[in-house]
Amino acid sequence: MNPPVIQLRELHRTYKSGEVEVKAVRGVTLDIHRGEFVAIMGSSGSGKSTLMNTIGCLDQPTSGTYLLDGLAVAGLDRKQLAKLRNQKLGFVFQSFNLLARTSARENVELPLFYSHPLVTLGDRHGRSVQALEKVGLGQRRDHLPNQLSGGQQQRVAIARALVSRPEVLLADEPTGNLDTRTSIEIMGLFQELNESGITIVMVTHELDIAAYCQRILIMRDGQVISDTANANRRLARDEIATLNQAEETAKLA
Amino acid sequence: MFAFIQIKLLQIWQTALIALRALRRNKMRSMLTALGIIIGVASVVAMVAVGNGAQARITSQVSALGQNLLTVFAGSKKSGGVNSGLGSASAITLADAEAVQREVPDAAAVSPEVSVTAQAIANGRNWSTTVVGESQDYLKIRDWKLAAGSMFNASDIRSAAKVAVIGSKTANELFGPLNPVGQGVRIKNIPFTIIGLLESKGAGMGGANQDDRILIPYTTAMKRITGDRYLRSVNVEIRSSDRMDIAQQQITSLLRQRHRLTAGQGDDFNIFNQKEIADTVNSISKIITLLLGSVAGISLVVGGIGIMNIMLVSVTERTREIGIRIAVGAQPGDIRLQFLIEAVTLSLFGGLIGVLCGVGASQLVGVLADFKAVVSSGSIILAFGVSSVIGIFFGFYPAHKAAALDPIVALRYE
Repeated sequence: MNPPVIQLRELHRTYKSGEVEVKAVRGVTLDIHRGEFVAIMGSSGSGKSTLMNTIGCLDQPTSGTYLLDGLAVAGLDRKQLAKLRNQKLGFVFQSFNLLARTSARENVELPLFYSHPLVTLGDRHGRSVQALEKVGLGQRRDHLPNQLSGGQQQRVAIARALVSRPEVLLADEPTGNLDTRTSIEIMGLFQELNESGITIVMVTHELDIAAYCQRILIMRDGQVISDTANANRRLARDEIATLNQAEETAKLA
Repeated sequence: MFAFIQIKLLQIWQTALIALRALRRNKMRSMLTALGIIIGVASVVAMVAVGNGAQARITSQVSALGQNLLTVFAGSKKSGGVNSGLGSASAITLADAEAVQREVPDAAAVSPEVSVTAQAIANGRNWSTTVVGESQDYLKIRDWKLAAGSMFNASDIRSAAKVAVIGSKTANELFGPLNPVGQGVRIKNIPFTIIGLLESKGAGMGGANQDDRILIPYTTAMKRITGDRYLRSVNVEIRSSDRMDIAQQQITSLLRQRHRLTAGQGDDFNIFNQKEIADTVNSISKIITLLLGSVAGISLVVGGIGIMNIMLVSVTERTREIGIRIAVGAQPGDIRLQFLIEAVTLSLFGGLIGVLCGVGASQLVGVLADFKAVVSSGSIILAFGVSSVIGIFFGFYPAHKAAALDPIVALRYE
């Protein structure tokens, strides 16, 4: 078996919130392998967001080790963390977080702008268009975020996460701001990407969204209390087909 | 290596484009922010130009007195506590002037001067003017030229000839547009022949009109007009400007000796040193220029603070954007560069417009005042350089603040 792309050992993260010490993550040991599609679930305050930030190299563990693609993350400075995020990780957020008044294509190009070695202008163009095509938005590359629907904006965000060809795609409540049908479509895109070999780690508190993943982790009080393979995996492709059929029927009737 | 630099430059250029776009989105705000720098730079450029112009004008007035001129005045006369002022004492004689000519090696030319106010009559008109007795070297000493005719010569001096050289103002009063050369003029009822017309020189240092005078040989003046054996002053031209102080000392000790003054007694004459005056005037106008420049410089700093203020607002407003950029891999240096370029662009843009406004304002001053403001390339380069340094200086803190943002906090910022 391949070495895990994410390897956490006794990971702790403690905040100082004024006088109070908040132990957000208390000893998480976890392996995520290449090609997995993992959901991290838990109620608010369970530490799932902190764990996600740490995996995303936006935050540093207080103690314990974190190997990302075999590289020790603890102790790296801001510059090195930025480099890791740029090369090995792609982010998808609940609120899309696209740059306003900036076209879809330019939003997608953003990570390439900061990549080392630098990507030439032509390459950047090609790769951003390619990424937009992958998420089904090749025709809307010049639209601004406010000219796109929520689902389309999230697709642009996914394209942005993919454009630097990361090891892992991290999604934080990616369907939190979307309606049911669009949520299924986005999960369908994730499943498609996962089938093509991309590792996805997703934080959600909705069980029916987690149900699209292969593996479900449940956190409580900063610890992983359950780590199971998803036996009843939902397939977005089939569900959308069913939905479309139902709509057709409704129209006919 | 070369390719790396090329790509790095490309990246800086693209960062600059991002910065420019951000500035374009807030046109009004950018303009108002730049206005602080515009006013600052414009006032530095204009103030220094006006100061330089004033200095140049004063310097030219001082040098219009003549080249390397020392004037020895008779001292003041004190009788019963009443001080009658410069030149009132009858102390300097023709023999003194001749001694200076003879014994001071640095004296290139000497002109003894007597002067009297008298009524001049010619062409059926009369005009009260200053009649000045001088030697043939006077025009050379004063760096003065003739508009027509010629100056009296050494033989005119020896023979105390009744010849005169007339100032342009006096000539105009007596003869109007007629050419005065060859005409006669009566001074204190003595007929003189006008042999030369002076070029107009305008107001002197004291504001008196130098063109309202008649020059005659000092011998003629002493014998026929004043009847006096004392001189009002002696004009001495010194060979070179760096010998002025030494020559002044030599003349002082020579005259003290001739007047038999003991060590305790003060001089009974005064020496007016043109170089000293010029130096004093120069240093005063330099101080004024510096003062104007530094007042303007303060407004430049105020403009810089305006930039810092707006950049801080901009960083706060765009916290989320910064968070996104950091999350996708922007390094602190990239963020810092972006905001620094914004600040520098603002201040350079302000600097450019400011230089144009400053040059314009200087031209306007040149039109309104009677002297030309001198825009120096140095002040333009300085103002431009200072404004970009101000952009970097006042842009650095906001840029640093942006670069130091915690991406987790920044991404949640509403």
